[in-house]
Amino acid sequence: MIPPAAFFILAALLFVLGVVAFFVKKDLLTQFMAVEVMLNAGNLAFLALSRPAGRPDGQAVVLFVITVAAAEAVIGLAIIVLVFRQRKSIRTDDLKGLKG
Amino acid sequence: MAGLFWLIPLIPGASSLVLLLAGRRLGRSRVAALASGAVLASLLLSIAGLLALLGRGAEAAAPSKMLLPWIASGSFEASLAFRFDELAAVMSLVVTGVGFLIHVYSAGYMAGDEGYARYFAFLNLFTFFMLILVLASDIVLMFVGWEGVGLCSYLLIGFWFDRPAASKAGLKAFLVNRVGDAAFIVAILILLSTVGSAGLAAINAAPAAGLLSPGLVTLVAILFFVGATGKSAQIPLYVWLPDAMEGPTPVSALIHAATMVTAGVYMVCRLSGLYAASVAASSVVAWVGALTAVFAATMALVQNDIKRVLAYSTISQIGYMFLGCGVGAYAAGLFHLVTHAFFKSLLFLAAGSVIHALGGEQDMRRMGGLRKRLPVTFPVFLIGALAISGIPFLSGFFSKDAILTAAYAGGRYVLYGLGLAGAALTAFYMFRLIYLAFYGVARGTPEAERPIHESPRVMTAPLVVLAVFSALAGFVGLPAYFGRRADLFGRFLEGATAEAARHPAPSIEVVLAAAAVLSALLGLGLAFVFYRRSPDIPGRLTLRFPAVYRLLVGKYFVDEAYEAVVVRPLVRGSERIHERFDLAVIDGALDGSAAAAGLAGKGLNVLQSGLLRDYALAFLLGAVIFLGFLLI
Amino acid sequence: MSDFAAGLPIVSIVTFLPLAGAVLLVFLREGEGKAVRAVALGVSLLTFAAAIVLFSGFSGASGLPEFVERASWLGRGLDYHVGVDGISLFLVLLAAFLTPLALLAAWRAIDDRVKEFSVFMLLLETGMIGVFVSLNLFLFYVFWEAMLIPMYFLIGIWGGRRRVYATMKFVLFTMFGSLLMLVAIFVLHHAYYQATGSYSLAITDLAAAPLAPGLQTWLFLAFALAFAIKIPLFPLHTWLPDAHVEAPTAGSVLLAAVLLKMGAYGFIRLGLPLFPTAAAAFAPALSILAVVGVVYGGLMALVQKDMKSLVAYSSVSHMGLIMLAVFSLNFEATEGALYQMLNHGLSTGALFLCVGILYERTHTRLVADHGGAAARMPVFGGLFLVSMLSSAGLPGLNGFVGEILCFFGIFKANRVLAALAVSTVILSAAYLLWLYRRVMHGPLKEPGEGALRDVDRRELAYLVPLIVLMVFMGLFPGTFLRKMDASVSRHIRSLRPEPAAVSMIGKPPAASVKPGRTAESER
Repeated sequence: MIPPAAFFILAALLFVLGVVAFFVKKDLLTQFMAVEVMLNAGNLAFLALSRPAGRPDGQAVVLFVITVAAAEAVIGLAIIVLVFRQRKSIRTDDLKGLKG
Repeated sequence: MAGLFWLIPLIPGASSLVLLLAGRRLGRSRVAALASGAVLASLLLSIAGLLALLGRGAEAAAPSKMLLPWIASGSFEASLAFRFDELAAVMSLVVTGVGFLIHVYSAGYMAGDEGYARYFAFLNLFTFFMLILVLASDIVLMFVGWEGVGLCSYLLIGFWFDRPAASKAGLKAFLVNRVGDAAFIVAILILLSTVGSAGLAAINAAPAAGLLSPGLVTLVAILFFVGATGKSAQIPLYVWLPDAMEGPTPVSALIHAATMVTAGVYMVCRLSGLYAASVAASSVVAWVGALTAVFAATMALVQNDIKRVLAYSTISQIGYMFLGCGVGAYAAGLFHLVTHAFFKSLLFLAAGSVIHALGGEQDMRRMGGLRKRLPVTFPVFLIGALAISGIPFLSGFFSKDAILTAAYAGGRYVLYGLGLAGAALTAFYMFRLIYLAFYGVARGTPEAERPIHESPRVMTAPLVVLAVFSALAGFVGLPAYFGRRADLFGRFLEGATAEAARHPAPSIEVVLAAAAVLSALLGLGLAFVFYRRSPDIPGRLTLRFPAVYRLLVGKYFVDEAYEAVVVRPLVRGSERIHERFDLAVIDGALDGSAAAAGLAGKGLNVLQSGLLRDYALAFLLGAVIFLGFLLI
Repeated sequence: MSDFAAGLPIVSIVTFLPLAGAVLLVFLREGEGKAVRAVALGVSLLTFAAAIVLFSGFSGASGLPEFVERASWLGRGLDYHVGVDGISLFLVLLAAFLTPLALLAAWRAIDDRVKEFSVFMLLLETGMIGVFVSLNLFLFYVFWEAMLIPMYFLIGIWGGRRRVYATMKFVLFTMFGSLLMLVAIFVLHHAYYQATGSYSLAITDLAAAPLAPGLQTWLFLAFALAFAIKIPLFPLHTWLPDAHVEAPTAGSVLLAAVLLKMGAYGFIRLGLPLFPTAAAAFAPALSILAVVGVVYGGLMALVQKDMKSLVAYSSVSHMGLIMLAVFSLNFEATEGALYQMLNHGLSTGALFLCVGILYERTHTRLVADHGGAAARMPVFGGLFLVSMLSSAGLPGLNGFVGEILCFFGIFKANRVLAALAVSTVILSAAYLLWLYRRVMHGPLKEPGEGALRDVDRRELAYLVPLIVLMVFMGLFPGTFLRKMDASVSRHIRSLRPEPAAVSMIGKPPAASVKPGRTAESER
């Protein structure tokens, strides 16, 4: 059997990858993809937890997260499209409207 | 009628109010009649009161009346209550008598003036406050009168307020008075907290009753006297009086010769219980009086303005009064107060007559030869001058003599010497004035060479009356060598003050009197030589002793000293404190804290970069820290 | 538990009538300038009439608050609890008396957004009266803060050139102090609950329960800061000259005459009785600050170039004397202080009104621009002079009575400070008469031909009542003092140090106060 720890290490690695990608990438779309990676990392962790416990809770959470991520992806991408139409750019460094 | 004595102050007060509110609508003659009539009514009531006092039995108390409870709070009580005893009677008669004559005179003197009603309103108001001062049986009420006359003095000195000099003089008078008043208030506070009552009788009895320790008696007495130096223009607070000559001349006669300036003397006599109980305080009074007498006389020697000579003369003569009180001869001091009221107001009014006749000229160097042209003014002026110089047997001779004799008999030879020297100086400057103004050739400007006429009867009649009193009033206070019963004045006042004058043997008294007369004649003679026989002598002396002359003409530079040492540092210092402390430090701290808040805001603003990246970083850090706390 | 006058809650009426008037005004159409002014004036006069009813029904025999109304409001001790006693009655009257006069003064001076102006003035009146009648600590705080808002707008909109700076400074400074007071109120509330198990913020309840000295100190300081800023006590005074100079005349009048008194009132009503041990401990230091204020304010007034800032600094000086008397902690001084608060309200109010009249003519507040006005404005000159003499404490007028009582009381507590305080008679005469001389005497300086016209009927209408009161209060102080006696006695008794209060105890301390000389035995 694959030891559960491996799953967690993989999940952690995926998460860190997602975080780093978020901070390194300069455009909104790829940053969004990084967020998806982070979410999936979380999913993986939940699954790895639920299997040995024999309870379906973790898997239920994962289904929930997938659903919400899908919905959020739809809206997020729609917003990105709108932002691009307005500002002609999806480079996050250009979107500084909230500057104090 | 005598029971109505409490109306004495109120009648002029009421007429003052009427004149203030409706004076301009009444017309000149009615205004003058109302104002003078009010004072006349008070005079008649005062005479009635005097007669009642003369006729009352030895045991009957002096009439008193409480008008209003006024202030009562906890242990502080002050009431509006009057008391008409011998001392009050004398003062009341002087104030209303001389006051009435001056009101009549003013009707003529101020005839052309725009502020006629206002003038008489203020003059009546002054009379009201002065009478409150002398009739008060409570020290707080006396203070009401004390400050009130100061107010009226301010209003009347600055009567012609469009003249900056007059307005400044009024302000100076009020402020210098107030400095003295501050000391007066502290004295009242000490008295109230130790004696527990504001009544004058209680205060006078306090030292004997042990309520006041000797140190406190001295302190209180000296504080009151400081107040008196302000009101009565003695060293060091006399500087306002010469400037007060900017006011109309009748005002100078009434307020700055006969009444207000004598309030300090009255106060010392009224509180004689305190002064008698403190040798130190009495000495201070006597010495300040004597020194002022000589000091002011020296300044009168070189003044060229006729009114200023009289002003310095007043300061000097009041010094004599304090000298008398300081050696315990309160009756003598008061006697001089009365005679001085007559001859000094006479001199001022007559000077007013001269100024009036010359169309406003006050500089004696441009007068001369008026003897023949002012047939009423000259003789009365001469009588006044003789009286003030102490020539026998005019009033001034008897009153000045009483003071000097008391000083000598008390063993105070230096004070006596000072007084004697002052007598010579007095005669000198008075006759200098007479010779310059009335003798010789007319030295005036061509405009003043217009035909001069004597003043109208409304002005000359009071002059004559005052002259008669100046001449004869001395006979109510004859000295001891005429027999003890001849001192009517002193006997009348017995018991009203803590009289402690000693009388030398009659033979010595005659010698002292002769010495005084000789001193006066010396002054008179010198004046004759300097200004009649050899008029070039004064000029030559001035050239021989220029520094002395400058010192005297410059009034010893006292005004300048006060300005430099007190006024200017206070004002300049306050300005600097305002700029450097109030604005720079306190406001600076405030504005600084506001700026600091702003800076902090701007500093923190760096965090609001608007960049998604930075906000995300913040999330991450926050989450890490939070998890850290949870796990550790 | 209330006693109503003829069945009416008179205190609430006096307090909220102006508020009702303000609401009424909001619904009036703008553009009817005269109607707006008339309604506002009418409401304020009605309020004054109600205050007179209050005065005549007031007996003052017991020293306890009368016409008390109490109703539960927010629970947990935050009640609606109002009433008047000998200490607050006259301050209420002062506020009710001066508001119509101020409105009358603003009749022609304010011609822009008159409706809003009147609304704010009436709201201010409610706030002022509310502070004086509150018997509940929280209610007191609500009104205290509430009257800042109209004042902020009054200065900020209708003020002079630097009005925004001045009003911000005023509001922020005052609010800073008040916030600390709010914290203290919460602490007090909590402490009371801990000790007695019940909630109350009624001032009498709080005063009866002693506090540990350490706690007292901090609470006292928090309250004291708020009040000291308001008075203003040196060195927290610098907001006052700016606020006064920039405020419109009507605002200055109420600011000087009423708002400043609130700080002093706060000490008398709350600061001292709630924390007697701390009060006694800090009184010497506060007295020194007060006497410094007296002299400092006087000296600063002497060198001001602007008429209004001169009067503002004179207020610092006068309030210093009042506070010195309050901190002397004795009967005569406290009565003197209360009387002097009324006097100062009248005389400084009158001075600001006079300066306002001059400003309306010449449109400048600088002394240097004025001169010789007495020639054209004799009646005004007389009224102005009497106001000055009242402020300078001339005997015969009201100022003297208050001053001499204060001096007497201060002297009982500390002779040196009293002697220093007496210097105010010299200083006040100096700066006031200097101002009078520069402005009214000397050669005439007129900005335009005929600009200096004498007072008209409207101006007489608001000046003469003040002058008449000054004379009346100078001759018949008993009318006012007698009604204050009992309350002031109670106040002084409440200041006696608590016997051995180590920690908060549940029951009020034993009545072991020594019987002082009170006025209850007189009359």
